[in-house]
Amino acid sequence: MLDTASSTAAARQHSPLHRPGTRTLVRTGVIALLLLFALLALPQLLSLYYIDTMTQVAVYCVVALGLGVLVGRVGLVSLGQAAVLAIGAWVAARLLFATTQPYPLVLLEAGVITMAAGTLIGLPALRLRGLYLALITLMLAGAITVVLATTNFPNGGHGFLGYNGSSVHIPAIRRPGIAASDPAYFRYSVVVAALMFLLVFAHIRTRPGRAWAAIRQSEPAALAAGINTTLYKLWAFALASFVTGVAGGVLAGAVHYLYSIDFPTQDSITLLAVVLMGGAYSLWGAIVAALLLQLLPALLNNWGVSADWLTILFGLGVLQVLTTAPAGLADQVPRDLARLGRLLRRRVRRGRPRRPARSGGGTG
Amino acid sequence: MIEVTDLTVRFGGVTSLDGMSLTFEQGTCGLIGPNGAGKTTFFNVLSGFVRPAAGTVRAFGEDLLSIVHFRRARWGVRRTFQTEQSIEELSVFDNVAMIHEHSRLAGGSRRGDVLGAISFVGLDADPDARVRTLGAGQRRLVEVARAVVGRPKLVLLDEPAAGLPDEETEHLSEVIRRIPEHTGALTILVDHDMSLVSACCETTAVLDFGKLIASGPTAEVLRDERVIRAYLGTAEVL
Repeated sequence: MLDTASSTAAARQHSPLHRPGTRTLVRTGVIALLLLFALLALPQLLSLYYIDTMTQVAVYCVVALGLGVLVGRVGLVSLGQAAVLAIGAWVAARLLFATTQPYPLVLLEAGVITMAAGTLIGLPALRLRGLYLALITLMLAGAITVVLATTNFPNGGHGFLGYNGSSVHIPAIRRPGIAASDPAYFRYSVVVAALMFLLVFAHIRTRPGRAWAAIRQSEPAALAAGINTTLYKLWAFALASFVTGVAGGVLAGAVHYLYSIDFPTQDSITLLAVVLMGGAYSLWGAIVAALLLQLLPALLNNWGVSADWLTILFGLGVLQVLTTAPAGLADQVPRDLARLGRLLRRRVRRGRPRRPARSGGGTG
Repeated sequence: MIEVTDLTVRFGGVTSLDGMSLTFEQGTCGLIGPNGAGKTTFFNVLSGFVRPAAGTVRAFGEDLLSIVHFRRARWGVRRTFQTEQSIEELSVFDNVAMIHEHSRLAGGSRRGDVLGAISFVGLDADPDARVRTLGAGQRRLVEVARAVVGRPKLVLLDEPAAGLPDEETEHLSEVIRRIPEHTGALTILVDHDMSLVSACCETTAVLDFGKLIASGPTAEVLRDERVIRAYLGTAEVL
């Protein structure tokens, strides 16, 4: 894995083929600026309410990223990702109460344990595709919800489950020492999210990414290309579950108290809807999905609009995306903006539009 | 060198290959026959997608059928599909590199090999361009480049020229003819275009209803009465 990556990198340096084009430079610059803005400016600009919201956005963009790997890269529709997130949060909470390990280590462990669980959930994917896989994962998610409702999340109690039913004194789930305050924890979650994006990006650009692209297009062709489709499908589930588990760990510290009622099964469906709307084929789509899922309800709440409207909005959004933009908003909005820009430039250059038929001619 | 003995494939009540036996020695060999004769089924057996009911396939001294399907690419089987199957999302380079990294040469001089394969097929496109943006002829060439990279032993081409205009077919036939000397692989060409088969293949085998009805030097086979009858039907029917 590392070997492939480094040899590719070495090859790129020597070749005129893979010169870092201006596009790549611009893209890297934009990402760096956005990261700096999120880390330095956002916590200054926003109220505590929105800082908490943005922490949730950071958590859920990683969850959407994981689902995007499954849906967008490999073509496996999973309706169980919210349950996987709950597993990650559960494991992290249990470890945070039981041990004094540093937070990053807990996140890593939560990721690895969730990876094992999520890969098990992915086992049916070896036999099933499409609707049937979606149904199976949805049922597994439902089962996990039921289990969580009876076991509850750890809240500082004893035993394996770590649940204390008396609820006289419930300690908060701890945060890392360097990120105790809300703005600091927001920065922390952004850094973790960025690392997860980097991990997924490294996968997509190398051997597994190519194998996934082949599997998504045609499994026979992938097999004929020497790709062990079983291995790479499980690998996709493992990667998606790992990042989702880490996100669960970040979520545990963000909210301080976890309740099983916060992880309803239908969240997995909403998650798929926003991932499709954001764009399952692009990493930016994951961020758009998280903004839709977390920032939009917070805004509506602030404006005094019922968040129930979102269900309708997401329904319409998915329809819109499926009919006009299969690659989601992350693909559609920049394209439409570029189109608008061209149109405006042409109008400005021409002075004023004389014949609308001609000015609209090149824009398709 | 590939030896097929008594190969039988059944799909429910349909017998696609019916005790087919044939031997391909080397170079580019043609495999022709009317629609439904079992040509693609034969390729699917070699790729491991279809498990035969009976029969053996020995390729270069090994029992090909005992190798798991996805390992056959590493062993040296390559194929192209009737409907071209380059990966649209990936660049030309990544398309070919993907085969290389699952081949016997994996980990070796990938970059040179991949660019070598792309230039071997004479593909006139930016290796960084996504396959989605290429034309039909170029995509066929990408698929052929995928078939020749990473030192293959057996290259299976399933109607590679289907739907291509004449000059692109001509270029493709030039490429196919050079595959054996370039890679050392035994190349099997399935096509309905007899001029392509005549141009590329020294020897040709003919299938009809899952049975071998003729094989030998291409020109002789194409004159064979049984072959003509298989394609055009019998006099009584006409």
